[in-house]
Amino acid sequence: MDLSTVIFYVIVLSLLGISFFKDRKKTVEALLKAWKSFIVLLPPFLTIIFLLGFLVVFIPEKTIALYIGEKSGFLGFLISSIVGAITLIPGFVAFPMAKMLLENGAGIAQMAVFVSTLMMVGVVTAPLEASFFGWKATISRNLLAYFFSFVVGYVVWMMVRI
Amino acid sequence: MDDGEDLKKLSWKSFRGLYIIGIISILVYFWLPREGLRIYRVVFDNILFMLGIIPPVFILVGLFDVWIPREKVTRHLGDRSGLKGTGISIALGALAAGPLYAAFPIAEVMLRKGTSLRNIFIFIGAWSTMKIPMLLFEIQSLGPRFAISRYAMSFLGVFLIAFFLDKFLVDDEKKNIIEKFQ
Repeated sequence: MDLSTVIFYVIVLSLLGISFFKDRKKTVEALLKAWKSFIVLLPPFLTIIFLLGFLVVFIPEKTIALYIGEKSGFLGFLISSIVGAITLIPGFVAFPMAKMLLENGAGIAQMAVFVSTLMMVGVVTAPLEASFFGWKATISRNLLAYFFSFVVGYVVWMMVRI
Repeated sequence: MDDGEDLKKLSWKSFRGLYIIGIISILVYFWLPREGLRIYRVVFDNILFMLGIIPPVFILVGLFDVWIPREKVTRHLGDRSGLKGTGISIALGALAAGPLYAAFPIAEVMLRKGTSLRNIFIFIGAWSTMKIPMLLFEIQSLGPRFAISRYAMSFLGVFLIAFFLDKFLVDDEKKNIIEKFQ
């Protein structure tokens, strides 16, 4: 376990202590919520980890690099952004997924585009969004977010490279 | 977070994908033991990695959920709330938990209580990209440089997108959105 993890644990456990000291009932409620959120996330997480296991074992690094690697250029951006925009992967699953892909040939900019579109663009949830905000606002928001994600990818790539 | 609803959905259906892929992996193991073992190795490593860092993330999510009085603060987010209103909108989004579609019903409540449309878009943006527990998790997974530059860019993006949306929508359209919830 690295230092940042230890610090993170210390911070969260202190907050938990303060919370417990102030209000036991609320703290128990918070822990129950934490447990429930975790349980709900477990099946999709395990499924995707298995899928990634297959991907990493059966698709050579060269192929991953060809399509979403550092030198995949615009095609890589396009693939990552479309996958990110369409799929509904929770962040808790997406980050380890991006990490694993990075370790197996994917490019930093492409993974940043993927993470960004995944978070900001929702093709599948668009009808739901439109029922609240109308189609014009929904399409504008998603398009703006989609194109902005390319900027995010470029900047993150530059920052990591320095 | 509406955990009750989510838990109800957690029947065997949620595990269906896992069963299928688990069985396929066993078949692979018998046909190609070397590849099968490598798959299990990847799965095992990632589960360990997750177990190491995920408990505090979820505890933080639970604490935020219990302690942040969302209802109370949304009343101060109207048209003339200025910088403070924007700040609160970001904080509400960043301290939230759950997927983006869980933010829409909350945005509806905020609209009802008089939050301006620009602040609603900022809230939605912050909810989708700026959640604090997620940032901590992102730092652990992808490294501080990746996570922090991604987060900073999203911060900028949230403002830009809210600004342009506010510009794109003419007054009538805004009124329509707001009136629906009044």
